[in-house]
Amino acid sequence: MNLDLPEQHELLRRTVRELAGERIAPVAEELDREHRFPYEIVSALAELGLMGVPIPEEYGGAGADTLAYAIAIEELTRIDSSVGVTVAAHTSLGTMPIYLFGSEEQRHRWLPDLASGRRLAAFGLTEPEAGSDAGATRTAATLENGEWVIDGAKMFITNAGTEITALVTITARTGPDEISNLVVENGTPGYEISPPLSKLGWRASDTRALTFSGCRVPEGNLLGPRGNGLRQFLEILDGGRISIAAMGLGLAQGAYEQAMAYARERHQFGRPIASFQAIRFKLADMATEIEAGRQLVYRAAWLKDRGRSFALAAAMAKLYTGELSRRVVNEAVQIHGGYGYMDETPISRFYRDQKILEIGEGTNEIQRLVIARHLGLP
Amino acid sequence: MKVAVCVKEVPDPAAPRKIDASTLRLDRSGEGALNPWDLPAVEAALRLVEEHGGEVVCVSVAPERAAATQRKALAMGADRAVLVADEAIAGSDLVATSRVLAEALRREGADLVLFGQQGADSDGAVLWAAVADRLRLPLMSQAAGLEVSGGTARVKRQTEHGYEVIEAPLPCVVAVSDAINEPRYPSLKGIMGAKKKPQETLSLADLGLDAGGVGEAGSGTAVYALGPPPPRGDSLVVEDDGQAAERILEFLVERKLA
Ligand SMILES: Cc1cc2nc3c(=O)[nH]c(=O)nc-3n(C[C@H](O)[C@H](O)[C@H](O)COP(=O)(O)OP(=O)(O)OC[C@H]3O[C@@H](n4cnc5c(N)ncnc54)[C@H](O)[C@@H]3O)c2cc1C
Ligand SMILES: Cc1cc2nc3c(=O)[nH]c(=O)nc-3n(C[C@H](O)[C@H](O)[C@H](O)COP(=O)(O)OP(=O)(O)OC[C@H]3O[C@@H](n4cnc5c(N)ncnc54)[C@H](O)[C@@H]3O)c2cc1C
Repeated sequence: MNLDLPEQHELLRRTVRELAGERIAPVAEELDREHRFPYEIVSALAELGLMGVPIPEEYGGAGADTLAYAIAIEELTRIDSSVGVTVAAHTSLGTMPIYLFGSEEQRHRWLPDLASGRRLAAFGLTEPEAGSDAGATRTAATLENGEWVIDGAKMFITNAGTEITALVTITARTGPDEISNLVVENGTPGYEISPPLSKLGWRASDTRALTFSGCRVPEGNLLGPRGNGLRQFLEILDGGRISIAAMGLGLAQGAYEQAMAYARERHQFGRPIASFQAIRFKLADMATEIEAGRQLVYRAAWLKDRGRSFALAAAMAKLYTGELSRRVVNEAVQIHGGYGYMDETPISRFYRDQKILEIGEGTNEIQRLVIARHLGLP
Repeated sequence: MKVAVCVKEVPDPAAPRKIDASTLRLDRSGEGALNPWDLPAVEAALRLVEEHGGEVVCVSVAPERAAATQRKALAMGADRAVLVADEAIAGSDLVATSRVLAEALRREGADLVLFGQQGADSDGAVLWAAVADRLRLPLMSQAAGLEVSGGTARVKRQTEHGYEVIEAPLPCVVAVSDAINEPRYPSLKGIMGAKKKPQETLSLADLGLDAGGVGEAGSGTAVYALGPPPPRGDSLVVEDDGQAAERILEFLVERKLA
């Protein structure tokens, strides 16, 4: 058994940490306040190959493994969740379906722009009436004269409406008991994107509601065999959970470090508050639980990289780090006292950014459902 | 064009520095990092080779584990690395270190030898001068700009009074300042490929050097005591009672500094 990270993964961590500290930290507060999408940061990340970490080089990605990807997401989210989710949703949700289920022709058509980060992609699964029950998709697509005609709506879709978004992959009903995945390019007539939705956190990330009315796309925009949509999106979510778990870990780590620094420098009753046992124990618990969460996340990535089944490990990692990040950020604000409640203190942004980690890509309840199913419960 | 860049392994600059009380040497047992002052030198080398073709080779004198630290420079794009590691080198002062480094550089015979400004741990800011002297090569320091054309290196040298523009024929030694460029981050491909690049480890014997000229034996200096700097007598502490900014401004205006 070897629990040392490979040296190149350590170097990757240091590099992303440096970049996040130098390029993202100084603007994170402003991007959040102005609800501004981080275009400059996406292009800086693209230059380093961080917008397509696990996509093979022949399609324009960096050809690295899931572990490298998880570490990159962890380090970005340690500084800014909006950036973290922009990369995670683009990679795991936007790009992956085309890489995993696309034909060679489709891969060569779309992946080079996406994996290199020149353009972004989104994945539209959730609908106003189909959230946790994603199989209840109502959006319908019918084949007419060699074209799919799509009608329906999608909700809360990340990265769908940026200036550099190329496409969205949507699940649609292509028959009575049949769901398929279709690629819709931005700018296709009949595809409408709402203004950015206003949210509690992830304010610099792009979230949209989508409507399709008589929207026509070529028959060749179908991903994989017709009717495979359900199986395909479950596979996409399994992988995506590792990246959201990495976000929970990164957010917890960032919150913990801020609490640690503050506890050392803040004096009350003539002493640093870090000298009070009540505060020390909070920090000790945080450090312990974060370490446990890290092992779960890296192990899920490690299993995936070895081609082993990882769905259970990914669901556990996602569930655990989602709740871990809530406990940690909650105590981190507590340690900051009233200053932690102020907009100008980064920890308040972390607090707002945290909650979605227990909702997106499968709520805590859905993770428990998935885990219980893997346990073989009736 | 062949560019050699001298890069140093230093203790992680983010961690607090510790002195080993028994040897009076800096405790280097923690994680090592590439000297931040050397990153602009690596960047300058990469840009020159991107422009003119050729190769970038990193040269270090350090314990064997520094091979991992050198890989950061390889990840940034350097082509290969040479490390002189020999137990006998431990305890070398600047002059002894320059002896080893000069020999390793002589073996490379590069067209241009680049240095950073200083080591982030011992801050000598002079090793380049000692090495240039041993190699009998022209030296230009504090380079905030560097161009090479037709066998000549031209440097914009930063001084207290402004810039000097000076030239020297190749081969020569240039120590760059951190104003010269903004070093790139290694790309993910670079990081994943760094381990596949050639790395050589040399001993003193490989360089034909004698252990007597290095380490404590070869060092003319000896450290007798180390202590914190005395507090500055004439410093003024401004407590922030809401008016601190104004008082600091007054202080600066009084001295014609603002
Ligand atoms: C900022 C943001 C970004 C998002 N990005 C995307 C995206 O890019 N693509 C995309 O497709 N979706 C995206 N989503 C949607 C997200 O995945 C869903 O919100 C999530 O899956 C929950 O669905 P819902 O909101 O409809 O909640 P519901 O499914 O309506 O859930 C409501 C509550 O009921 C609980 N519940 C539901 N079913 C059960 C059950 N069987 N047992 C126990 N409890 C249950 C849930 O856990 C939850 O607590 C995003 C959401 C947000 C907020
Ligand atoms: C008086 C004195 C006594 C010392 N005694 C000891 C001692 O007893 N034991 C001990 O361990 N150390 C000792 N040192 C420290 C050691 O000699 C220096 O670390 C080493 O010589 C480099 O010095 P520097 O980092 O200050 O170089 P600087 O002159 O600040 O470095 C300038 C540039 O030279 C290059 N460079 C520096 N070091 C290396 C290197 N090792 N390999 C490749 N390139 C390099 C880099 O490009 C760097 O930016 C002593 C230093 C001094 C000044």
